Amino acid sequence: MTAAIEIRGLAKDYPVGFWKKALRPALKPLDLTVKTGEAFGFLGPNGAGKTTTLKLLMGIIFPTAGSATILGSHFLDPEVRKKTGFLPEQPYFYDYLSAPELLDYYAALSGLPRAERARRIGPMLERVGLGDVGNKQLRKFSKGMLQRVGIAQAIIHDPEVVFLDEPMSGLDPLGRHEVRELIQGLKDEGKTIFFSTHILSDAEALCDRVAVIHKGELRGIGVVNDLRSSVAGKSEVIWEGAGALPAVHSLLTESHVTGESVRGIAQSGDLDRLLEKLRQQRARLISVTPLQGTLEDYFLAKTTDQETVQS
Amino acid sequence: MTSRLSAITLNTFREAVRDRVLYNLIVFVLLLVASAPLFGQISIGLERLILVNVGLSSISLFGVIIAILVGIGLVSKEIEKKTLYTILSRPVRRWEFIVGKYFGLLLTLVVNAALMTVGFYIALLVTARGLHKTDTYLLIAIYFIVLQFMMMVALTLLFSSFSTPIFSAIFAFALFAIGTFAEDLKNFAALSHGAIKWLTTAVAYIVPNFASLNVIAQTAHDQPVSGGLILFNTLYALLYSAAVTAGAVLIFERRNLK
Repeated sequence: MTAAIEIRGLAKDYPVGFWKKALRPALKPLDLTVKTGEAFGFLGPNGAGKTTTLKLLMGIIFPTAGSATILGSHFLDPEVRKKTGFLPEQPYFYDYLSAPELLDYYAALSGLPRAERARRIGPMLERVGLGDVGNKQLRKFSKGMLQRVGIAQAIIHDPEVVFLDEPMSGLDPLGRHEVRELIQGLKDEGKTIFFSTHILSDAEALCDRVAVIHKGELRGIGVVNDLRSSVAGKSEVIWEGAGALPAVHSLLTESHVTGESVRGIAQSGDLDRLLEKLRQQRARLISVTPLQGTLEDYFLAKTTDQETVQS
Repeated sequence: MTSRLSAITLNTFREAVRDRVLYNLIVFVLLLVASAPLFGQISIGLERLILVNVGLSSISLFGVIIAILVGIGLVSKEIEKKTLYTILSRPVRRWEFIVGKYFGLLLTLVVNAALMTVGFYIALLVTARGLHKTDTYLLIAIYFIVLQFMMMVALTLLFSSFSTPIFSAIFAFALFAIGTFAEDLKNFAALSHGAIKWLTTAVAYIVPNFASLNVIAQTAHDQPVSGGLILFNTLYALLYSAAVTAGAVLIFERRNLK
Protein backbone atom coordinates (compact mmCIF):
# COMPACT_ATOMS: atom_id res chain seq x y z
CA MET A 1 0.00 0.00 0.00
CA THR A 2 1.43 3.43 -0.93
CA ALA A 3 1.31 6.40 1.38
CA ALA A 4 -1.51 8.88 0.89
CA ILE A 5 -0.20 11.24 3.56
CA GLU A 6 3.36 11.46 4.80
CA ILE A 7 4.12 13.91 7.58
CA ARG A 8 7.76 14.51 8.45
CA GLY A 9 8.73 16.61 11.43
CA LEU A 10 5.74 18.93 11.06
CA ALA A 11 5.72 21.39 13.96
CA LYS A 12 3.96 24.57 14.95
CA ASP A 13 4.91 27.07 17.63
CA TYR A 14 2.87 30.12 18.55
CA PRO A 15 4.47 33.23 20.01
CA VAL A 16 2.99 34.11 23.38
CA GLY A 17 3.34 36.83 25.96
CA PHE A 18 3.14 40.60 25.66
CA TRP A 19 6.27 40.89 23.50
CA LYS A 20 5.49 37.66 21.62
CA LYS A 21 9.01 36.48 22.28
CA ALA A 22 8.24 33.22 24.07
CA LEU A 23 7.09 30.28 21.96
CA ARG A 24 4.39 27.82 22.92
CA PRO A 25 4.52 24.58 20.95
CA ALA A 26 1.06 23.69 19.63
CA LEU A 27 2.47 20.74 17.72
CA LYS A 28 5.81 19.11 18.45
CA PRO A 29 7.64 17.58 15.46
CA LEU A 30 5.21 15.01 14.11
CA ASP A 31 6.04 12.02 11.92
CA LEU A 32 3.12 10.09 10.55
CA THR A 33 2.23 8.01 7.52
CA VAL A 34 -1.31 7.27 6.38
CA LYS A 35 -1.68 4.58 3.76
CA THR A 36 -3.88 4.86 0.69
CA GLY A 37 -7.40 3.60 1.32
CA GLU A 38 -6.95 3.65 5.07
CA ALA A 39 -9.36 5.08 7.62
CA PHE A 40 -7.01 6.77 10.06
CA GLY A 41 -8.16 8.15 13.39
CA PHE A 42 -6.32 11.03 14.96
CA LEU A 43 -7.24 10.89 18.62
CA GLY A 44 -6.59 13.26 21.43
CA PRO A 45 -8.31 15.30 24.11
CA ASN A 46 -9.39 18.87 23.43
CA GLY A 47 -6.40 21.09 22.81
CA ALA A 48 -4.11 18.17 21.99
CA GLY A 49 -3.03 19.51 18.60
CA LYS A 50 -5.44 17.65 16.30
CA THR A 51 -6.97 20.74 14.69
CA THR A 52 -3.54 22.39 14.46
CA THR A 53 -2.29 19.38 12.47
CA LEU A 54 -5.26 19.52 10.12
CA LYS A 55 -4.98 23.28 9.67
CA LEU A 56 -1.31 22.83 8.80
CA LEU A 57 -2.09 20.12 6.27
CA MET A 58 -4.79 22.29 4.69
CA GLY A 59 -2.50 25.32 4.37
CA ILE A 60 -4.61 27.42 6.73
CA ILE A 61 -1.62 27.99 9.00
CA PHE A 62 2.06 27.55 8.16
CA PRO A 63 4.44 25.20 9.97
CA THR A 64 7.35 26.35 12.07
CA ALA A 65 9.29 23.31 10.89
CA GLY A 66 8.86 20.13 8.89
CA SER A 67 6.90 19.23 5.83
CA ALA A 68 4.37 16.76 4.45
CA THR A 69 3.24 15.22 1.22
CA ILE A 70 -0.30 14.37 0.22
CA LEU A 71 -0.67 11.88 -2.64
CA GLY A 72 2.99 12.43 -3.44
CA SER A 73 2.75 16.22 -3.81
CA HIS A 74 3.93 18.88 -1.39
CA PHE A 75 1.10 19.59 1.03
CA LEU A 76 1.00 23.32 0.16
CA ASP A 77 0.68 22.70 -3.58
CA PRO A 78 -2.82 24.03 -4.41
CA GLU A 79 -3.19 21.48 -7.20
CA VAL A 80 -3.21 18.59 -4.73
CA ARG A 81 -6.36 20.06 -3.20
CA LYS A 82 -8.31 18.99 -6.25
CA LYS A 83 -7.92 15.49 -4.83
CA THR A 84 -8.59 16.29 -1.17
CA GLY A 85 -11.68 17.26 0.77
CA PHE A 86 -11.88 18.93 4.18
CA LEU A 87 -14.57 19.29 6.81
CA PRO A 88 -13.48 21.74 9.53
CA GLU A 89 -14.52 21.40 13.15
CA GLN A 90 -17.92 23.00 13.82
CA PRO A 91 -18.15 24.32 10.29
CA TYR A 92 -19.86 27.58 9.48
CA PHE A 93 -20.94 28.12 5.91
CA TYR A 94 -22.24 31.10 4.00
CA ASP A 95 -25.68 31.15 5.55
CA TYR A 96 -27.23 33.29 2.81
CA LEU A 97 -26.76 30.41 0.36
CA SER A 98 -28.96 27.38 -0.13
CA ALA A 99 -27.40 23.92 0.02
CA PRO A 100 -27.33 23.52 -3.82
CA GLU A 101 -25.77 26.99 -4.19
CA LEU A 102 -23.12 26.20 -1.60
CA LEU A 103 -22.19 22.92 -3.25
CA ASP A 104 -22.11 24.60 -6.65
CA TYR A 105 -19.75 27.26 -5.29
CA TYR A 106 -17.35 24.79 -3.70
CA ALA A 107 -17.45 22.48 -6.72
CA ALA A 108 -16.59 25.46 -8.95
CA LEU A 109 -13.65 26.30 -6.68
CA SER A 110 -12.50 22.70 -7.02
CA GLY A 111 -12.47 23.10 -10.78
CA LEU A 112 -15.57 21.13 -11.77
CA PRO A 113 -17.21 22.37 -14.98
CA ARG A 114 -20.75 23.75 -14.78
CA ALA A 115 -22.43 20.72 -16.40
CA GLU A 116 -20.64 18.32 -14.08
CA ARG A 117 -21.62 20.39 -11.06
CA ALA A 118 -25.26 20.36 -12.10
CA ARG A 119 -25.11 16.58 -12.54
CA ARG A 120 -23.55 15.93 -9.12
CA ILE A 121 -25.35 18.26 -6.73
CA GLY A 122 -28.74 16.53 -6.62
CA PRO A 123 -27.41 13.02 -5.98
CA MET A 124 -24.94 14.38 -3.42
CA LEU A 125 -27.71 16.06 -1.44
CA GLU A 126 -29.67 12.80 -1.60
CA ARG A 127 -26.63 10.92 -0.35
CA VAL A 128 -26.24 13.07 2.75
CA GLY A 129 -29.97 12.97 3.44
CA LEU A 130 -30.75 16.51 2.32
CA GLY A 131 -32.60 15.72 -0.88
CA ASP A 132 -35.69 17.60 0.24
CA VAL A 133 -34.19 20.88 1.49
CA GLY A 134 -34.86 22.73 -1.75
CA ASN A 135 -33.63 26.32 -1.79
CA LYS A 136 -33.89 26.90 1.94
CA GLN A 137 -31.03 29.12 3.12
CA LEU A 138 -28.42 27.52 5.37
CA ARG A 139 -29.24 29.97 8.18
CA LYS A 140 -32.39 27.90 8.70
CA PHE A 141 -30.52 24.59 8.97
CA SER A 142 -30.07 22.60 12.19
CA LYS A 143 -26.57 21.67 13.36
CA GLY A 144 -26.98 18.12 12.09
CA MET A 145 -28.06 19.38 8.67
CA LEU A 146 -25.09 21.74 8.53
CA GLN A 147 -22.74 18.90 9.37
CA ARG A 148 -24.20 16.88 6.50
CA VAL A 149 -23.82 19.83 4.14
CA GLY A 150 -20.26 20.04 5.42
CA ILE A 151 -19.57 16.46 4.48
CA ALA A 152 -21.24 17.01 1.09
CA GLN A 153 -18.98 19.99 0.32
CA ALA A 154 -15.95 17.95 1.35
CA ILE A 155 -16.71 15.17 -1.14
CA ILE A 156 -18.64 16.92 -3.96
CA HIS A 157 -15.53 16.85 -6.16
CA ASP A 158 -14.93 13.14 -5.47
CA PRO A 159 -11.59 13.54 -3.64
CA GLU A 160 -9.19 10.69 -3.00
CA VAL A 161 -8.32 11.81 0.52
CA VAL A 162 -10.89 13.22 2.95
CA PHE A 163 -9.87 15.15 6.07
CA LEU A 164 -12.55 15.40 8.74
CA ASP A 165 -12.05 17.42 11.92
CA GLU A 166 -14.31 16.19 14.71
CA PRO A 167 -17.10 15.24 12.30
CA MET A 168 -19.41 13.99 15.07
CA SER A 169 -18.83 16.88 17.43
CA GLY A 170 -22.00 18.41 18.85
CA LEU A 171 -24.35 15.98 17.13
CA ASP A 172 -27.15 14.08 18.83
CA PRO A 173 -26.98 10.23 18.78
CA LEU A 174 -29.04 10.03 15.59
CA GLY A 175 -26.91 12.63 13.86
CA ARG A 176 -23.76 10.84 14.95
CA HIS A 177 -25.07 7.58 13.59
CA GLU A 178 -25.87 9.18 10.23
CA VAL A 179 -22.47 10.83 9.93
CA ARG A 180 -20.81 7.59 10.92
CA GLU A 181 -22.71 5.81 8.14
CA LEU A 182 -21.54 8.45 5.67
CA ILE A 183 -17.92 7.99 6.69
CA GLN A 184 -18.30 4.23 6.48
CA GLY A 185 -19.66 4.73 2.95
CA LEU A 186 -16.55 6.73 2.00
CA LYS A 187 -14.37 4.02 3.47
CA ASP A 188 -16.20 1.37 1.47
CA GLU A 189 -15.51 3.41 -1.68
CA GLY A 190 -11.81 3.07 -0.94
CA LYS A 191 -11.15 6.68 -0.06
CA THR A 192 -8.40 7.55 2.38
CA ILE A 193 -9.95 9.10 5.47
CA PHE A 194 -8.02 11.07 8.04
CA PHE A 195 -10.28 12.12 10.84
CA SER A 196 -9.70 13.62 14.20
CA THR A 197 -11.95 12.89 17.10
CA HIS A 198 -12.06 12.60 20.84
CA ILE A 199 -15.04 10.24 20.64
CA LEU A 200 -13.30 6.89 20.94
CA SER A 201 -16.25 4.68 20.02
CA ASP A 202 -16.36 6.38 16.61
CA ALA A 203 -12.69 5.75 16.05
CA GLU A 204 -13.03 2.16 17.23
CA ALA A 205 -15.92 1.54 14.83
CA LEU A 206 -14.44 3.22 11.75
CA CYS A 207 -10.67 3.24 11.86
CA ASP A 208 -8.09 0.78 10.65
CA ARG A 209 -5.34 2.55 12.53
CA VAL A 210 -5.24 5.35 15.06
CA ALA A 211 -2.69 7.74 16.46
CA VAL A 212 -2.97 9.32 19.87
CA ILE A 213 -1.76 12.88 20.30
CA HIS A 214 -1.57 14.76 23.57
CA LYS A 215 -0.11 18.17 24.40
CA GLY A 216 1.06 18.50 20.81
CA GLU A 217 3.03 15.26 20.94
CA LEU A 218 2.41 11.91 19.29
CA ARG A 219 1.97 9.42 22.11
CA GLY A 220 1.18 6.24 20.19
CA ILE A 221 0.16 4.84 16.85
CA GLY A 222 -0.97 1.48 15.58
CA VAL A 223 -3.68 -0.88 14.38
CA VAL A 224 -6.73 -0.58 16.62
CA ASN A 225 -6.75 -4.28 17.64
CA ASP A 226 -3.04 -4.24 18.48
CA LEU A 227 -3.45 -1.17 20.63
CA ARG A 228 -6.39 -2.71 22.46
CA SER A 229 -4.48 -5.91 23.23
CA SER A 230 -1.49 -3.90 24.42
CA VAL A 231 -3.49 -2.77 27.43
CA ALA A 232 -5.26 -6.11 28.05
CA GLY A 233 -4.08 -8.32 30.92
CA LYS A 234 -3.57 -5.32 33.16
CA SER A 235 -5.45 -3.97 36.12
CA GLU A 236 -6.13 -0.48 37.27
CA VAL A 237 -5.60 0.13 40.96
CA ILE A 238 -6.66 3.35 42.63
CA TRP A 239 -5.66 4.20 46.17
CA GLU A 240 -5.23 7.14 48.48
CA GLY A 241 -1.80 7.82 49.87
CA ALA A 242 0.71 9.15 47.40
CA GLY A 243 3.49 8.38 49.89
CA ALA A 244 3.15 4.68 49.13
CA LEU A 245 4.06 5.16 45.47
CA PRO A 246 7.87 4.87 45.73
CA ALA A 247 7.53 1.49 47.48
CA VAL A 248 5.32 0.02 44.75
CA HIS A 249 6.65 1.91 41.75
CA SER A 250 8.56 -1.08 40.37
CA LEU A 251 5.30 -3.09 40.21
CA LEU A 252 3.48 -0.51 38.09
CA THR A 253 3.65 -0.05 34.34
CA GLU A 254 2.44 3.48 34.83
CA SER A 255 1.09 5.75 37.53
CA HIS A 256 -0.75 9.02 37.74
CA VAL A 257 -0.98 11.16 40.85
CA THR A 258 -3.75 13.65 41.56
CA GLY A 259 -3.25 15.17 45.01
CA GLU A 260 -3.22 12.21 47.43
CA SER A 261 -5.02 9.93 44.98
CA VAL A 262 -2.95 7.56 42.84
CA ARG A 263 -4.07 5.65 39.75
CA GLY A 264 -1.69 2.84 38.88
CA ILE A 265 -1.67 0.27 36.11
CA ALA A 266 -0.12 -3.10 36.91
CA GLN A 267 0.24 -6.43 35.14
CA SER A 268 -2.42 -8.78 36.54
CA GLY A 269 0.37 -11.19 37.65
CA ASP A 270 1.85 -8.49 39.90
CA LEU A 271 -1.48 -7.57 41.43
CA ASP A 272 -1.22 -9.67 44.63
CA ARG A 273 2.23 -8.32 45.48
CA LEU A 274 1.08 -4.78 44.75
CA LEU A 275 -1.95 -5.04 47.06
CA GLU A 276 0.20 -6.59 49.81
CA LYS A 277 2.70 -3.74 49.61
CA LEU A 278 -0.06 -1.14 49.63
CA ARG A 279 -1.43 -2.71 52.82
CA GLN A 280 2.03 -2.56 54.36
CA GLN A 281 2.29 1.12 53.41
CA ARG A 282 -1.16 1.73 54.99
CA ALA A 283 -2.52 3.13 51.73
CA ARG A 284 -6.33 3.24 51.51
CA LEU A 285 -7.45 1.11 48.59
CA ILE A 286 -10.26 2.62 46.53
CA SER A 287 -10.70 0.19 43.64
CA VAL A 288 -9.16 -2.63 41.61
CA THR A 289 -10.44 -2.96 38.05
CA PRO A 290 -9.22 -5.44 35.43
CA LEU A 291 -8.67 -3.63 32.11
CA GLN A 292 -10.64 -5.15 29.28
CA GLY A 293 -8.36 -3.86 26.56
CA THR A 294 -10.45 -1.15 24.97
CA LEU A 295 -9.25 1.73 22.91
CA GLU A 296 -10.29 3.92 25.81
CA ASP A 297 -7.80 2.17 28.09
CA TYR A 298 -5.07 2.75 25.56
CA PHE A 299 -6.17 6.34 25.10
CA LEU A 300 -6.22 7.00 28.84
CA ALA A 301 -2.86 5.34 29.27
CA LYS A 302 -1.38 7.62 26.63
CA THR A 303 -3.05 10.88 27.55
CA THR A 304 -2.76 10.93 31.33
CA ASP A 305 0.49 12.63 32.24
CA GLN A 306 2.77 10.54 34.37
CA GLU A 307 4.17 12.05 37.50
CA THR A 308 6.63 10.47 39.86
CA VAL A 309 6.60 11.09 43.58
CA GLN A 310 10.06 11.52 44.95
CA SER A 311 10.78 9.40 48.00
CA MET B 1 -7.93 30.32 -12.34
CA THR B 2 -10.58 32.37 -14.14
CA SER B 3 -13.40 30.12 -12.97
CA ARG B 4 -12.22 30.31 -9.36
CA LEU B 5 -11.88 34.09 -9.55
CA SER B 6 -15.32 34.50 -11.10
CA ALA B 7 -16.82 32.11 -8.53
CA ILE B 8 -15.40 34.16 -5.63
CA THR B 9 -16.39 37.43 -7.33
CA LEU B 10 -19.97 36.34 -7.93
CA ASN B 11 -20.31 34.90 -4.44
CA THR B 12 -19.12 38.18 -2.92
CA PHE B 13 -21.63 40.06 -5.05
CA ARG B 14 -24.38 37.61 -4.11
CA GLU B 15 -23.56 38.03 -0.41
CA ALA B 16 -23.86 41.81 -0.68
CA VAL B 17 -27.18 41.55 -2.53
CA ARG B 18 -28.63 39.04 -0.07
CA ASP B 19 -27.39 41.05 2.88
CA ARG B 20 -29.59 43.80 1.45
CA VAL B 21 -26.71 46.16 0.75
CA LEU B 22 -28.54 47.46 -2.31
CA TYR B 23 -31.39 48.62 -0.05
CA ASN B 24 -29.46 51.89 0.15
CA LEU B 25 -30.91 52.56 -3.30
CA ILE B 26 -34.28 53.10 -1.65
CA VAL B 27 -32.73 55.74 0.62
CA PHE B 28 -31.14 57.36 -2.42
CA VAL B 29 -34.43 57.50 -4.32
CA LEU B 30 -36.22 58.84 -1.22
CA LEU B 31 -33.54 61.51 -0.91
CA LEU B 32 -34.03 62.63 -4.48
CA VAL B 33 -37.84 62.55 -4.22
CA ALA B 34 -37.81 64.41 -0.91
CA SER B 35 -35.44 67.02 -2.34
CA ALA B 36 -37.61 67.65 -5.41
CA PRO B 37 -40.03 70.08 -3.72
CA LEU B 38 -37.02 72.03 -2.47
CA PHE B 39 -35.66 72.29 -5.98
CA GLY B 40 -39.02 73.62 -7.07
CA GLN B 41 -38.68 76.48 -4.61
CA ILE B 42 -35.48 77.62 -6.23
CA SER B 43 -35.01 79.44 -9.51
CA ILE B 44 -34.72 77.42 -12.74
CA GLY B 45 -30.96 77.74 -13.13
CA LEU B 46 -30.10 76.62 -9.60
CA GLU B 47 -32.58 73.75 -9.61
CA ARG B 48 -30.42 71.62 -11.89
CA LEU B 49 -27.21 72.67 -10.18
CA ILE B 50 -28.43 71.55 -6.79
CA LEU B 51 -29.83 68.29 -8.15
CA VAL B 52 -26.50 67.46 -9.81
CA ASN B 53 -24.56 68.25 -6.65
CA VAL B 54 -26.91 66.35 -4.35
CA GLY B 55 -27.30 63.41 -6.77
CA LEU B 56 -23.64 62.87 -7.64
CA SER B 57 -22.41 63.50 -4.09
CA SER B 58 -24.92 60.92 -2.88
CA ILE B 59 -23.74 58.36 -5.44
CA SER B 60 -20.19 58.94 -4.25
CA LEU B 61 -20.94 58.96 -0.53
CA PHE B 62 -23.27 55.95 -0.55
CA GLY B 63 -20.69 53.99 -2.54
CA VAL B 64 -17.81 54.92 -0.25
CA ILE B 65 -19.85 54.00 2.83
CA ILE B 66 -20.72 50.62 1.29
CA ALA B 67 -17.11 50.10 0.21
CA ILE B 68 -15.95 50.67 3.78
CA LEU B 69 -18.71 48.88 5.67
CA VAL B 70 -18.65 45.81 3.43
CA GLY B 71 -14.95 45.96 2.62
CA ILE B 72 -13.74 45.88 6.23
CA GLY B 73 -15.39 42.49 6.71
CA LEU B 74 -14.38 40.96 3.40
CA VAL B 75 -11.43 39.05 4.81
CA SER B 76 -11.76 39.40 8.58
CA LYS B 77 -15.32 38.06 8.62
CA GLU B 78 -14.24 35.02 6.62
CA ILE B 79 -11.45 34.39 9.11
CA GLU B 80 -13.66 34.98 12.15
CA LYS B 81 -16.44 32.71 10.91
CA LYS B 82 -13.91 30.22 9.56
CA THR B 83 -15.58 30.09 6.15
CA LEU B 84 -12.11 30.66 4.77
CA TYR B 85 -11.04 27.20 5.95
CA THR B 86 -13.20 25.49 3.36
CA ILE B 87 -12.05 27.94 0.66
CA LEU B 88 -8.31 27.57 1.25
CA SER B 89 -8.63 23.78 1.47
CA ARG B 90 -9.59 23.93 -2.24
CA PRO B 91 -7.17 24.60 -5.10
CA VAL B 92 -7.60 28.31 -4.44
CA ARG B 93 -4.49 30.47 -4.26
CA ARG B 94 -4.62 33.11 -1.56
CA TRP B 95 -4.16 35.88 -4.10
CA GLU B 96 -7.16 34.55 -6.02
CA PHE B 97 -9.26 34.90 -2.90
CA ILE B 98 -8.18 38.52 -2.36
CA VAL B 99 -8.58 39.52 -6.01
CA GLY B 100 -11.93 37.71 -6.27
CA LYS B 101 -13.16 39.55 -3.18
CA TYR B 102 -11.93 42.83 -4.68
CA PHE B 103 -13.85 42.36 -7.91
CA GLY B 104 -16.92 41.11 -6.04
CA LEU B 105 -17.24 44.27 -3.98
CA LEU B 106 -16.35 46.46 -6.94
CA LEU B 107 -19.07 44.76 -8.98
CA THR B 108 -21.54 45.48 -6.17
CA LEU B 109 -20.57 49.14 -6.15
CA VAL B 110 -20.69 49.46 -9.94
CA VAL B 111 -24.18 47.91 -10.09
CA ASN B 112 -25.22 50.16 -7.22
CA ALA B 113 -23.83 53.24 -8.96
CA ALA B 114 -25.39 52.23 -12.29
CA LEU B 115 -28.86 51.93 -10.75
CA MET B 116 -28.38 55.24 -8.93
CA THR B 117 -27.29 56.85 -12.19
CA VAL B 118 -30.50 55.72 -13.86
CA GLY B 119 -32.52 57.21 -10.97
CA PHE B 120 -30.45 60.37 -11.08
CA TYR B 121 -31.01 60.90 -14.82
CA ILE B 122 -34.73 60.32 -14.42
CA ALA B 123 -34.77 62.97 -11.69
CA LEU B 124 -32.75 65.26 -13.96
CA LEU B 125 -35.17 64.69 -16.82
CA VAL B 126 -38.12 65.58 -14.60
CA THR B 127 -36.52 68.56 -12.88
CA ALA B 128 -34.85 70.17 -15.89
CA ARG B 129 -37.69 69.11 -18.22
CA GLY B 130 -35.30 67.50 -20.67
CA LEU B 131 -31.70 66.38 -21.14
CA HIS B 132 -28.96 68.42 -22.78
CA LYS B 133 -25.69 67.62 -24.46
CA THR B 134 -23.74 68.91 -21.45
CA ASP B 135 -25.47 66.32 -19.26
CA THR B 136 -23.14 63.73 -20.77
CA TYR B 137 -20.31 65.43 -18.83
CA LEU B 138 -22.02 64.12 -15.72
CA LEU B 139 -21.24 60.57 -16.87
CA ILE B 140 -17.54 61.44 -16.63
CA ALA B 141 -18.07 62.61 -13.06
CA ILE B 142 -19.79 59.28 -12.34
CA TYR B 143 -16.93 57.41 -14.05
CA PHE B 144 -14.50 59.19 -11.71
CA ILE B 145 -16.67 58.17 -8.77
CA VAL B 146 -16.29 54.54 -9.89
CA LEU B 147 -12.51 55.07 -10.05
CA GLN B 148 -12.75 56.34 -6.48
CA PHE B 149 -14.58 53.12 -5.54
CA MET B 150 -11.78 51.07 -7.09
CA MET B 151 -9.29 52.70 -4.77
CA MET B 152 -11.51 52.59 -1.68
CA VAL B 153 -12.22 48.86 -2.14
CA ALA B 154 -8.49 48.16 -2.45
CA LEU B 155 -7.78 50.18 0.71
CA THR B 156 -10.48 48.55 2.84
CA LEU B 157 -9.38 45.14 1.59
CA LEU B 158 -5.81 45.96 2.60
CA PHE B 159 -6.90 46.93 6.11
CA SER B 160 -9.21 43.93 6.34
CA SER B 161 -6.31 41.60 5.50
CA PHE B 162 -4.49 42.39 8.75
CA SER B 163 -6.72 44.39 11.07
CA THR B 164 -9.98 44.10 12.96
CA PRO B 165 -13.15 45.50 11.34
CA ILE B 166 -13.36 48.45 13.72
CA PHE B 167 -9.77 49.56 13.11
CA SER B 168 -10.14 48.91 9.39
CA ALA B 169 -13.17 51.21 9.35
CA ILE B 170 -11.31 53.93 11.24
CA PHE B 171 -8.28 53.68 8.91
CA ALA B 172 -10.45 53.66 5.79
CA PHE B 173 -12.61 56.63 6.83
CA ALA B 174 -9.49 58.56 7.85
CA LEU B 175 -7.81 57.91 4.50
CA PHE B 176 -10.97 58.85 2.66
CA ALA B 177 -11.13 62.15 4.53
CA ILE B 178 -7.42 62.88 4.02
CA GLY B 179 -7.62 61.81 0.36
CA THR B 180 -10.49 64.19 -0.25
CA PHE B 181 -8.22 67.04 0.80
CA ALA B 182 -5.08 65.66 -0.89
CA GLU B 183 -4.64 68.81 -2.99
CA ASP B 184 -4.73 70.99 0.13
CA LEU B 185 -2.09 68.73 1.64
CA LYS B 186 0.10 69.28 -1.42
CA ASN B 187 -0.39 73.03 -1.14
CA PHE B 188 0.51 72.89 2.53
CA ALA B 189 3.64 70.87 1.66
CA ALA B 190 4.65 73.48 -0.92
CA LEU B 191 4.47 76.21 1.75
CA SER B 192 6.35 74.19 4.41
CA HIS B 193 10.06 73.86 5.03
CA GLY B 194 12.50 71.20 6.21
CA ALA B 195 11.28 67.94 7.68
CA ILE B 196 7.64 69.06 7.70
CA LYS B 197 7.80 69.72 3.97
CA TRP B 198 9.40 66.33 3.33
CA LEU B 199 6.85 64.55 5.54
CA THR B 200 3.74 66.28 4.18
CA THR B 201 4.89 65.80 0.60
CA ALA B 202 5.37 62.08 1.24
CA VAL B 203 1.95 61.79 2.88
CA ALA B 204 0.32 63.78 0.09
CA TYR B 205 1.63 61.33 -2.49
CA ILE B 206 0.94 58.18 -0.47
CA VAL B 207 -2.67 58.93 0.43
CA PRO B 208 -5.23 58.44 -2.36
CA ASN B 209 -5.81 61.65 -4.25
CA PHE B 210 -9.59 61.79 -4.33
CA ALA B 211 -9.54 65.52 -4.94
CA SER B 212 -8.51 65.10 -8.57
CA LEU B 213 -11.33 62.58 -9.01
CA ASN B 214 -13.97 65.05 -7.89
CA VAL B 215 -15.30 66.93 -10.92
CA ILE B 216 -18.89 67.20 -9.66
CA ALA B 217 -18.85 70.99 -9.33
CA GLN B 218 -17.16 71.38 -12.70
CA THR B 219 -19.65 69.21 -14.57
CA ALA B 220 -22.58 70.73 -12.68
CA HIS B 221 -21.58 74.02 -14.27
CA ASP B 222 -21.55 72.38 -17.73
CA GLN B 223 -17.78 72.57 -17.99
CA PRO B 224 -16.17 69.71 -19.97
CA VAL B 225 -13.50 67.46 -18.47
CA SER B 226 -10.26 67.22 -20.43
CA GLY B 227 -9.22 63.95 -22.05
CA GLY B 228 -5.86 64.27 -20.35
CA LEU B 229 -7.46 64.27 -16.90
CA ILE B 230 -9.60 61.26 -17.80
CA LEU B 231 -6.49 59.35 -18.90
CA PHE B 232 -4.45 60.46 -15.91
CA ASN B 233 -7.18 59.58 -13.40
CA THR B 234 -7.81 56.21 -15.04
CA LEU B 235 -4.12 55.26 -14.92
CA TYR B 236 -3.74 56.65 -11.42
CA ALA B 237 -6.71 54.70 -10.05
CA LEU B 238 -5.64 51.50 -11.79
CA LEU B 239 -2.06 51.69 -10.55
CA TYR B 240 -2.99 52.80 -7.05
CA SER B 241 -5.61 50.02 -6.71
CA ALA B 242 -3.22 47.40 -8.11
CA ALA B 243 -0.43 48.46 -5.72
CA VAL B 244 -2.71 48.46 -2.67
CA THR B 245 -4.30 45.13 -3.64
CA ALA B 246 -0.82 43.67 -4.12
CA GLY B 247 -0.04 44.84 -0.59
CA ALA B 248 -3.16 43.07 0.69
CA VAL B 249 -2.09 39.91 -1.13
CA LEU B 250 1.45 40.08 0.29
CA ILE B 251 0.11 40.37 3.84
CA PHE B 252 -2.52 37.69 3.37
CA GLU B 253 -0.11 35.23 1.71
CA ARG B 254 1.90 35.06 4.94
CA ARG B 255 -0.91 35.19 7.40
CA ASN B 256 -1.64 32.34 9.81
CA LEU B 257 -5.42 32.05 10.11
CA LYS B 258 -5.93 31.03 13.73
